[in-house]
Amino acid sequence: MSATDAREAISRAHQAEWARVVAALTRRFGDLDIAEEAAAEAFATAVERWPADGVPPNPGAWLTTTANRKAVDRIRRENKRDDKQKEARMLYDDAPPEPLGAIDDERLRLIFTCCHPALAMQTRVALTLRMVGGLTVPEIAHAFLVRPTAMEQRITRAKAKIKAARIPYRVPSAEDLPARICGVLAVLFLLFNEGYLATSPDTGPVRHDLTAEAIRLTRLVHALMPDDGEVTGLLALMLLTEARRTARISVSGELVPLHEQDRGAWDRSLIDEGHRLVRERLATGVAPGRYQILAAINAVHTFARDVRDTDWSQIVALYDQLVRLDHSPIVALNRAIAVAELDGPEVALAAVDRLEHHLAAYHAYHATRAELLRRLGRSHQSRAAYGKAIELTGNTAETTYLTRRRDQLR
Amino acid sequence: MHYLVSVIDDQSSSGTPDEMAAIDAFNERLQAEGHWVFAGGLAAPSAATVIDNRGGEALFTDGPFLESKEYLAGFWIITAPDLDVALKLAAEGSKACNRKVEVRPFL
Repeated sequence: MSATDAREAISRAHQAEWARVVAALTRRFGDLDIAEEAAAEAFATAVERWPADGVPPNPGAWLTTTANRKAVDRIRRENKRDDKQKEARMLYDDAPPEPLGAIDDERLRLIFTCCHPALAMQTRVALTLRMVGGLTVPEIAHAFLVRPTAMEQRITRAKAKIKAARIPYRVPSAEDLPARICGVLAVLFLLFNEGYLATSPDTGPVRHDLTAEAIRLTRLVHALMPDDGEVTGLLALMLLTEARRTARISVSGELVPLHEQDRGAWDRSLIDEGHRLVRERLATGVAPGRYQILAAINAVHTFARDVRDTDWSQIVALYDQLVRLDHSPIVALNRAIAVAELDGPEVALAAVDRLEHHLAAYHAYHATRAELLRRLGRSHQSRAAYGKAIELTGNTAETTYLTRRRDQLR
Repeated sequence: MHYLVSVIDDQSSSGTPDEMAAIDAFNERLQAEGHWVFAGGLAAPSAATVIDNRGGEALFTDGPFLESKEYLAGFWIITAPDLDVALKLAAEGSKACNRKVEVRPFL
């Protein structure tokens, strides 16, 4: 077997099996730390052995067996050193979880534990990327622009808290499930958004590695909970957003707003998949949650082959529905942008100005005002608003776009 | 598994009669459901005395070891199988005493 073939097999196995191996070992040994280390060692062994020995017929089983052996070795070593290590095992709930419309997969327990509400948001993201996504600590550190030692510390502390405070390794009860799924989706959405509109001037404006990983993890959660409307909604939302990724940044690295994008450059297969998921949810007749409504809004946008064909009244109606569920001023801001297309910039500007109190530090608030003021011919105020937006954004593509727009005004 | 549920206060007035009644009801529930270990309210931080006997000669200092706007006003020690159960109980405790609470596991 060539070294390249073996490398590809390992990379495929890593994508497909990492979370499964970590989850199975966590169940058996009741300890995330042991599971993570043993899984990493098993993959390192595969890197050594597969090029010479060939890829085993069932790579997943091989990796799980190897990891199990590594974990047992570690526990034996530690038991000799300190019998206390045997204590403080994680709690594992043996009761079968409530039926979720999918097979009970160990990976679900892993996801819910990593996204536990008692952990800080950034910690949940990091832990999910490590335990479920299988990214290395330096990769995660790079994604969040922190030093690897700092990220290592954050993950180590989280594992210690899970153990000391007894964060359970189980799928939450039916009563708690909607709120806990919401927490998992927030983690995935944050990861996706950081990739889609990177907030730091030190990275590229769009970070495909992060959006791809967010989609991969959301696909996994969707496969595990196919009947959950909000999981489906978030996946559709990500696909319909990702479909526009390449059209969103010009060759010169400038942000291209939706109405100026070359719609021929959108990824049709992602759009088709996203539309299919949105239709699937509509067909259930169940009232949609916020991710499903956001996905529907994006479905309307991507349905229009030309920006002039956009059904703005439908978009405003969806935002009206969203505003009732989500009182965030950012939702109100986005609604106002749609209102501008339907009722004109003056009505929209009045709605935007009412949000100043909440959004004065948010770049998109000023960028939206700048755009509306420009359309109303109030150039002087528009320039000032562009200036504010430029000051507040960290995204390089957005800075370039806003600067050009401002400098066009006299 | 035991958890310390600390009551964090930032006002000088003690509990109102309504709060006391809600705390009593919550305590009774903890006892009925087998979560109760111990609980108590504390006098104001100004009633505290700090003792340092590390040098072999006990030194007494008037007042709390840490002056802060927020202070420990009382606590529960509860027993719960895992953090999910402890967090739920703590959320009810916070509602009953109308204060923020902190959950911390014992070793």
